[in-house]
Amino acid sequence: MVKLDYPFSKDAIKKLKVGDMVLISGKLFTGRDAVHHRIHKGKKPPVDLKNQIIYHCGPVVLEGKDGSFEVKAAGPTTSIREEPYQWEVIRDYGILGVIGKGGMGAKTLKACKEYGCVYMHAIGGAAQVLAEKIKSVDNVYWKDLGSPEAIWELTVEDFPVVITMDSHGNSLHADVDSKSSDTLKSLL
Amino acid sequence: MAKKKENLDKNLGDSILELLRITSTVIPDDVQKVVLEALKREAKNTSAKYAMDIIQANIKLAKMKSQPLCQDTGTIIIKVYHPPGFMQQKFKKICEKAVVKATKLGYLRQNSVDSLTGKNDSMNIGPGHPQFHFIEHNKKSLELKCMLKGGGCENVGAQYAMPFVELDAGRDLAGVRKVILDAIQKAQGKGCGPGALGICIGGDRGSGQMHAKEQLLRKLDDTNPIPELAKLEKDIVKTANKLGIGPMGFGGKTTLLACKIGHLNRLPASYYVSISYMCWAFRRQGIKLDKNNKISKWLY
Repeated sequence: MVKLDYPFSKDAIKKLKVGDMVLISGKLFTGRDAVHHRIHKGKKPPVDLKNQIIYHCGPVVLEGKDGSFEVKAAGPTTSIREEPYQWEVIRDYGILGVIGKGGMGAKTLKACKEYGCVYMHAIGGAAQVLAEKIKSVDNVYWKDLGSPEAIWELTVEDFPVVITMDSHGNSLHADVDSKSSDTLKSLL
Repeated sequence: MAKKKENLDKNLGDSILELLRITSTVIPDDVQKVVLEALKREAKNTSAKYAMDIIQANIKLAKMKSQPLCQDTGTIIIKVYHPPGFMQQKFKKICEKAVVKATKLGYLRQNSVDSLTGKNDSMNIGPGHPQFHFIEHNKKSLELKCMLKGGGCENVGAQYAMPFVELDAGRDLAGVRKVILDAIQKAQGKGCGPGALGICIGGDRGSGQMHAKEQLLRKLDDTNPIPELAKLEKDIVKTANKLGIGPMGFGGKTTLLACKIGHLNRLPASYYVSISYMCWAFRRQGIKLDKNNKISKWLY
């Protein structure tokens, strides 16, 4: 088990390899479909994302009468939908990590290599185990997109992920896809 | 008399709320059983085992905290099996109120988005939400089934029009087998595998998909009464688990937990194979109500 602590650095990211099981402590910013679409359309993110990690997640958040937030469930959403946009966000805003599920494609893998970023796979559907790792909700941006689509600034402790795409051009998803495709041909 | 009627409505609302809460937070026994079996199959010190361990911990935690298994609490599908003369419009109103309450309590996410404006209504009510299906039965009792179908697994569902030339798949069970396995390979880990499949052979594009989902209401350990379909279901699970896609697509032994296949008549011109993928967080439950609209039995 590898520990990755805030503030995140490019050096630490470059040491991560496909297959590493990592516990992240520090800040995460959620951002999913509507956020990526809006950034792609030319709007600047409302927070400086340099050296930050973006989390593909639409949490269940309850808002208290005093304006406080309680995260009730917070697992990853499928990342491949951000494939058209993710490389651009990595290039233009200097994010070091993307957390999601299901993996991403060739464009993102190339950007990870060029700009020094990793794709970290959280366990899909494990909304309770992952919500327990969230220690505080520090802010929320672009709430006009609706609660699941907003940017939630979270502080996490020992948030568990597996590196499935690293900054050296390796992708577990490309490997499993190619192997299972060959196996399928032999089974049909 | 008026008071009694009021109680019946209140009891119905409370029973639906409880159905939504349990569906969102507790995995059904038949699903839990196959998830545990899958966990045992994965080798130690692998990402696949790690994923299954976290899944297992999540199932326990969600039940203990009475909080959603998965943050995507899905499309709310309510099937209502009712006696003749049932008041459907009134039922819908009571059910919608229960959905709003479940959303406020955090059993459901704010999950309903206007497809044109992108606006989230924040309470899960809107065109097609929740999704109701009314089925008249010959019993006096009211039975409700609820499925919370997440978006990630819905996205990897598929529909093939046969013959499907790319795979040399024709209009027979051998062809059906090919396209089902193709859909599993294409899904990789994107639908939160290991998952389960509901399949419909035949029907039209709409009814085929609905009937495929209907198959997911079957208990996972049942046996298809049609021998050739029972055989195909077993073969699909066995073959899919040779693909090596594994939990979350990490590589591993369990790619598929179950496969349930049904059929509808088709037109001479059409032959569809409709595939509905359900993630491991397989959320479906059912209740039988007594004459006071209180829950008398859980169906899964």
